[in-house]
Amino acid sequence: MKSIIKSMMLSAAVVAAPLMASADGHGDDLNYVLVSHAPDSDSWWNTIKNGIALAGDQLGVNVEYRNPPTGDLADMARIIEQAAASQPDGIITTLADFEVLSGPVRAAVDQGIDVIIMNSGTPEQVAEVGALMFVGQPEYDAGFAAGMRAKRDGVGSFVCVNHVISNTVVAERCRGFADGLGIELGDSMIDAGQDPAEIKNRVTAYLTANPETDAILTLGPTSADPTILAVKEMGIAGDIYFGTFDLGTEIVNGIKDGTINWGIDQQPFLQAYLPVVVLANYDRYGVLPGNNINSGPGFVTKDALGKVEEFAGEYR
Amino acid sequence: MTDTTSDERVKEMSSLRRALIRPELGGMVGTVAVFTFFLLFAFDSGMFNAQGVLNWTTVSAQFMIIAVGACLLMIAGEFDLSVGSMIGFAGMMVAIFGVVIGWPMWMAIIITFVICVAFGALNGYIVIKTGLPSFIVTLATLFILRGFTIFIPQTVESKTIIGGIREAAEGDWLAPLFGAKIGGPIFQWLGDAGMIATFTRGNREGQPVVDGIPMLIVWAIFLIIVGHLLLTRTRFGNWIFAAGGDAQAARYTGVPVDRVKILMFMGTAFCATVFAVCQVMEFGSAGADRGLLKEFEAIIAVVIGGALLTGGYGSVIGAALGALIFGMVQQGLFFANVESSLFRVFLGVILLLAVILNTYIRRLITGER
Repeated sequence: MKSIIKSMMLSAAVVAAPLMASADGHGDDLNYVLVSHAPDSDSWWNTIKNGIALAGDQLGVNVEYRNPPTGDLADMARIIEQAAASQPDGIITTLADFEVLSGPVRAAVDQGIDVIIMNSGTPEQVAEVGALMFVGQPEYDAGFAAGMRAKRDGVGSFVCVNHVISNTVVAERCRGFADGLGIELGDSMIDAGQDPAEIKNRVTAYLTANPETDAILTLGPTSADPTILAVKEMGIAGDIYFGTFDLGTEIVNGIKDGTINWGIDQQPFLQAYLPVVVLANYDRYGVLPGNNINSGPGFVTKDALGKVEEFAGEYR
Repeated sequence: MTDTTSDERVKEMSSLRRALIRPELGGMVGTVAVFTFFLLFAFDSGMFNAQGVLNWTTVSAQFMIIAVGACLLMIAGEFDLSVGSMIGFAGMMVAIFGVVIGWPMWMAIIITFVICVAFGALNGYIVIKTGLPSFIVTLATLFILRGFTIFIPQTVESKTIIGGIREAAEGDWLAPLFGAKIGGPIFQWLGDAGMIATFTRGNREGQPVVDGIPMLIVWAIFLIIVGHLLLTRTRFGNWIFAAGGDAQAARYTGVPVDRVKILMFMGTAFCATVFAVCQVMEFGSAGADRGLLKEFEAIIAVVIGGALLTGGYGSVIGAALGALIFGMVQQGLFFANVESSLFRVFLGVILLLAVILNTYIRRLITGER
């Protein structure tokens, strides 16, 4: 039995060795952890990973990416506590749910760890947890701006395809959009789920049942890509007003061929890249920008697609 | 015949052999192995300071709470896949009754327990009455409960996260049983003595970073002790083994198999509700996505802990050790600085090794094929 234990220990060590080596490659003394609320299945966060990897390389610091595999925010709170226990130089995290996350974040700040909030949260919440700054796109404002734009373009009704119904922050985009249009949100927001086929069929069903709908708003590539297929199959591509949040290859193609009127880029690359730059320079030279940084909203239309197309899903 | 040793029903067994065929043996070996591993690879990473220990202990305690219920149910020969959904559902019920409707928190908690345990009983009743596999029945409950958990708050509040639970629970007599921390003065003393880390800035400066043991951990220990005593020291415990081993044979000998199974389904529901109430009290809000995939984590902990998927064999202590291993590996790999995308691979490998080792040892010792 001894040999069984020994061989198990040995095989565990063999499996672990290359992983440890790869994580220790940089050899710098600054360690940062980025904690997101995204489940493993959310591809949008790939840009975030690319952003911190590039920033880590350029600045010579270690940056780790952590997320709750199922997107469970209570699990995310544990990950923040865990990150704080490992005493990094800084933590970059989202505030996807203030009640759940503010305790652990506040505790990390009070231990002397610098925290930057990225992606989700409001300036008030960021100040309340004692974070250095917020880097991201104020969601309601972005939705509101989009609603105003759609109103100018003559939109009177819409459907909001929400693929992350459990995330209240993302739903703020729909709420802002409705307010920007000056109409009630009502039943306009549909819970689309995460599966592409389900999303496509639900959009088709909604548009069939509500043929008078003027516009579609999708909240990211997960809901936009199947929705593009849906409107193409229904033969209304280009007819129906179509706006979306975030960018991706399919969305860029949609903008190019006229299916999508505009995409709102909150520039995830900057949300990942800038906090690392800010933290590293703060730790090394004590310099700090004096305010929050808005990474979005930036409207991407047919006119400005060059670089966007080249780096969509990678750095854009 | 007065000589009992010649009784064919009684088999002589050495005490060493008896120790080796205990179902928790694999869990013990695994715990030692995992502990050694992290002591070697992550000792100075913060994993073994007070804050780090509390972190993986809390996560392990979460697994333990649902593993105790799942373990007893599995020994009784059934599965419950609705555990994860039940966690989300129970938390949401507390929020709906306590915050939206505005009932006193103790009432909200008790009503939630009643509703959830009733759902557990319904699971058991349907399994018994229809004779369908519990896998299918509870898979249905998984979707039903998750659906309600999203539908109800959306209908009443048009959002899927309901907060304000901490405020609503203030001054309540029952809420601290789930949300409080114990041992505060001891940790304050340890902090003052410089033995554990303290906050260096903010309005909690000077207070220890670890300011108490959460009730979650107390619940885990309590449930393990109750579960263990129930299983090994009572007649009812024998009924659980019998119901899972061979239900028909058990019925012939007078074991009320149906009642045992329904009670065990109620037990898993109870454990899931304990988990959920502790969680909403700690974090102050209930979300529609809480508890996703927790049912598998419970089953994984139980299986690492040496219980058989076919029922009739297992132990609560083993399941608790399984939960400890699972929690430690999941949290510990971060401290060991393993690349995040590969960490799940490693987690899978460790789980697989633990289960294989477990099964191998048991076969080696008991001689079963």
